[in-house]
Amino acid sequence: MQYAILCYHDEKVTCAWSKEQDDAVMARLGGVMDKLSRQGKLGPVARLLPTTAATTLRKDREQPIVIDGPFAETKEQLLGFYIVDCQSLDEVLDIARELGAANPGGAYEIRPVGVFIPGKTAA
Amino acid sequence: MSDTGWISNVLTAARPQAVAALLRYFRDLDTAEEAYQEACLRALKAWPSNGPPRDAASWLIMVGKNSAIDHVRRQRRLQPLPPDELISDLSDAEAELADRVDEADYRDDILRLLFVCCHPELPATQQIALALRIVSGLSVRQIANAFLVSEAAMEQRITRAKARIAAGQVPFEVPGPIERSERLGVVAAMVYLVFNEGYTTNVAEKGVRAPLCEEAIRLSRLLLRLFPTEPEIMALTALLLLQHARADARFDADGMVVLLEEQDRSRWNRKLIAEGLALVEKALRHHRPGPYQVQAAIAALHARAPRFADTDWNEIELLYGTLERMQPSPVVTLNRAVAVSMSRGPEAALTMIEPLAQKLNGYFYFHGARGAFLKKLGRAEEARVAFDRAIALANTPAEADHIRRQIDRLSAGSEPQSATMSGARP
Repeated sequence: MQYAILCYHDEKVTCAWSKEQDDAVMARLGGVMDKLSRQGKLGPVARLLPTTAATTLRKDREQPIVIDGPFAETKEQLLGFYIVDCQSLDEVLDIARELGAANPGGAYEIRPVGVFIPGKTAA
Repeated sequence: MSDTGWISNVLTAARPQAVAALLRYFRDLDTAEEAYQEACLRALKAWPSNGPPRDAASWLIMVGKNSAIDHVRRQRRLQPLPPDELISDLSDAEAELADRVDEADYRDDILRLLFVCCHPELPATQQIALALRIVSGLSVRQIANAFLVSEAAMEQRITRAKARIAAGQVPFEVPGPIERSERLGVVAAMVYLVFNEGYTTNVAEKGVRAPLCEEAIRLSRLLLRLFPTEPEIMALTALLLLQHARADARFDADGMVVLLEEQDRSRWNRKLIAEGLALVEKALRHHRPGPYQVQAAIAALHARAPRFADTDWNEIELLYGTLERMQPSPVVTLNRAVAVSMSRGPEAALTMIEPLAQKLNGYFYFHGARGAFLKKLGRAEEARVAFDRAIALANTPAEADHIRRQIDRLSAGSEPQSATMSGARP
């Protein structure tokens, strides 16, 4: 069984880390990831840019609407995610609209990926 | 990170929201700050054993409020009643909520706190010092270091600035949409000032002022979280991130300034650039152009160029042209001329700046750029005169040193591409 581990933290705190603090955290995490990687247990890892860089596509109406900022509704739950490689935000939004047409309702939060490690699980 | 390191990080992050709410409550800057300090002391006692509260800001606001009210009550036994407005809103039900309160609910509070620091009678440096003290929570010593003055002098400046504010009218009513957007514009300009104060540096100060740039970015991100749909705030944040991304490459091993064209681009901070570019793109989608967007778009073009030679000078020239129409100023024209010297050559650039000679005669960058254009045209003697004038006007030893290196190259007869004195900020 593959599992996704979703990371939550207060962005006001993490964005206020100095470069040294940030580097130290990433180095410690790197140690854990190296071990998992050797065990063939580590799949893709992504660190997202802050929510201020987010855009949200609400697809619960006829014409989906684009909203600046992160997805903020707590009554809806995170069900999954896609990683797409695009040249521009407009291209991502086109893809999100297409996905939304196939599965209307809810919203997609679009967050640029800051760090991406492809990884490889044993399975 | 030490054991209590996490607490100070959480306290710093919660500070603007907490102090802003306490200011609304007590309507007095000193009382609000004291209440916040008191809440922090209690947090340092309680959190290590109890763990952090779910919503640190709400906790600090509630504890700060109660402790200040206790204080006022105790004082009341000894002194005549304080003025009503000092203890008004005591039954403010909203603030009693211990649940997580959305930051957006505090939007006008935080904007007010920032706006208070931008009091029009305060000179720019005092506005910056006040914002760093009150909003960012830097110590007087940290601010004094960044401004290269003594702690006592900075203490005095901040005290004076606070007295000015206390004597004036602090707008406590909830602003209408127009007022809110005006306040946002004033506050954005102040945040940019904080950044520039940190960015304008020279050899001797290398690194000392970098915290100012980081604080400005933090304030700008705070504004963006409060106003997530404002393209100009997206662009301001992007502009600061893109400029700060070059911080490590701006100085060589000896601490000398390295110009954009000579910077080792592998030392640019890619993470900050990625965030900056994402924000520029988001902002431009709004099709509501503004000066920060134009400047951020220029910074983005530099960030996107893998090498200096790959820079899209035609586009940069067009963007400076747009900025010129939005905010006409001889300095912007000078920047456009620098782009022109790269896209169309030094002759065209020189023609463009000749009419500026009178207005910019006392401006270091004007003579530096003019010297560089003349040098490119092979008019060595005239270049030397312009460079000499620039050295006389240099604001920092690093600026003068840079020009001296240009003169050395004149004497050596070499002609490297070099005309970016002002346009692309190093």
